[in-house]
Amino acid sequence: MELRKSYFADERDDHLVEVGKPRARTDALGHVTGASRFFADRNFPGMLHLKMVRSPHHHARIRAIDTAAAERLPGVVRILTARDVPHNLYTILTLIQVGPEDENVLATDKVRWQGEAVAAVLALSERAATEAAARVAVDYEVLPAVLDIDAALQAEAPIVNEYHGRNYYRYDSGECRKVRYGDVEAGFRAADHILDQTYSSSPIEHAPTETTGCIVVPEPGERFTCYTNTQAMFFTLDVVAMILEVPGHRLHMVGGTVGGGFGGKVDVIVEPIAVLAAKLTGRPVSFIYSRAEEMQVSSPRGAERIRIKDGVLRDGRIVARQVTAWLDAGAYSRHSTYGAQKAAAHFPGPYTIPNVAVDSYCIYTNRTPSSAMRGFGVTIGDFALEVQMDKLARLVGMHPLEFRCLNAYRDGDMKAHRQPTEGAALVECMQEASRLAGWPMAQHFYAMSSRRREA
Amino acid sequence: MPKVAIRFTLNGSEAAEFVESGTTLLGALRDKLGETSVKGGCLQGTCGACSVIIDGALKLSCLTLAESCQDARIETVAALARGGLLHPLQRAFVETFATQCGFCTSGMLMAAKALLDHNATPSREDVIEAISGNICRCTGYEPIIQAILAASRAATSTAA
Ligand code: FES
Ligand code: FES
Repeated sequence: MELRKSYFADERDDHLVEVGKPRARTDALGHVTGASRFFADRNFPGMLHLKMVRSPHHHARIRAIDTAAAERLPGVVRILTARDVPHNLYTILTLIQVGPEDENVLATDKVRWQGEAVAAVLALSERAATEAAARVAVDYEVLPAVLDIDAALQAEAPIVNEYHGRNYYRYDSGECRKVRYGDVEAGFRAADHILDQTYSSSPIEHAPTETTGCIVVPEPGERFTCYTNTQAMFFTLDVVAMILEVPGHRLHMVGGTVGGGFGGKVDVIVEPIAVLAAKLTGRPVSFIYSRAEEMQVSSPRGAERIRIKDGVLRDGRIVARQVTAWLDAGAYSRHSTYGAQKAAAHFPGPYTIPNVAVDSYCIYTNRTPSSAMRGFGVTIGDFALEVQMDKLARLVGMHPLEFRCLNAYRDGDMKAHRQPTEGAALVECMQEASRLAGWPMAQHFYAMSSRRREA
Repeated sequence: MPKVAIRFTLNGSEAAEFVESGTTLLGALRDKLGETSVKGGCLQGTCGACSVIIDGALKLSCLTLAESCQDARIETVAALARGGLLHPLQRAFVETFATQCGFCTSGMLMAAKALLDHNATPSREDVIEAISGNICRCTGYEPIIQAILAASRAATSTAA
């Protein structure tokens, strides 16, 4: 790796010990010898296997659940339903005071997405658990479903999640997260061109090679050890404690090597029910998603729709940007309220624009709850923003890199969400990228700096 | 469920167990014999994480019945290092950053070993073909391809 030391030369300490040199991963030796321990590389005598009975409907009322036939099958130890869950209502971000609780561990009167957990079967083998899960009879009254952002926002749309009472999340700032900076309408009036475009994306599954799961072992004194591949150890500990209504010190979470997460293992989904099952049966419990569950049930990145309206001057300066964004959270909040909030702050992008207005909505639909995935709330926004930047450059007849340099934020610039810019390096990145790609810009763009704005 | 006796050679040692008829080799290795170096990512023959070498041929242990392996010679990644020395493939995987989360690594190494056992000087295309049944969600494959090519170069240069 070559370090280009000409950038920020006066800020640089060149006595680098690690930077720029390859380092072996500390876990690589374990990985190549097969010795790294993943959560499922354990086996406990008497361990039970948990399989979920899941909703086949997008939206339905549960009239009755009949477990009698399933319970009679050989190997079945116990079947848990909503009644067995001490505090059967939660939301992950309660821990940072973001409510309301809006999701059941096991469905009570309704299911709100296809795949929602309704009953948990515990059996001596995975095969017995799977067979019994298929025999649990659930009587559903199918309800009309809301399957995309447009449908959710119709005046007559069915309400997806009663804990919110409307098909969008209510922030303290109102029906969406808002950013207001300057006067966006005045900016549009001053502009030579207006470009108004809408971008959309589908849900994306992380598809880690190791599926989500945990193994819980009851210990003496009403304590439990939970071996899990969670990416959020402390959220998991606290959320499990709240759902089971047990003090946190009774729970010992053991993490370790995670076989790919990408944000998909940040939700607290498998652990609460597995710990409860271990508590109620007194036996070790393994709950591991099948590949089908990983693909269909685990939270994906949510679908997004982003409308960007920009006003630009003939010389290339962007003078106004108005963004309306909708993030499809699916049936429950999980981490999406945070994703939509992050999007609001991010939307002007790494550009300095004097007039900005952003409305970012978190929408509920009867789809698989979406959640964290690699820069969620930002990544799809960046796709939209950068496509928009290319279109704007074309509109004013400028080189796309030069157009970005012209509008790039510099140190000291105020961002639309009122954070001053520090440590910017966008201009330098584009300078180097243009050199590496052999895609030259006019000479004066190489003299620009993120540290100061040229006169 | 009737149990059947299985017996085979696992990484050079005799292994014997009683398993339920219909148990996969993956299940027998991991749950009965404690051979957890073998991973299961899909249990349906699509990810390659469970790859092992049976009598010299690369196989998916999740689609292989344990009872079909009587007297077979089974190799897993656990036997790749010899006498405390890493196999050239293992060294190359460490050096070229060809393992990240590590979950695909056991299967990848088995696919790579099966390739090099039959073709000591594979082309880039041979390597790609050889790992085409193994999914890696972390590395983007290029470091893995580079590692396998580097290992083949290292092995042939020491042999020369
Ligand atoms: S576990 Fe065998 S191919 Fe995926
Ligand atoms: S290293 Fe994670 S799947 Fe390959």
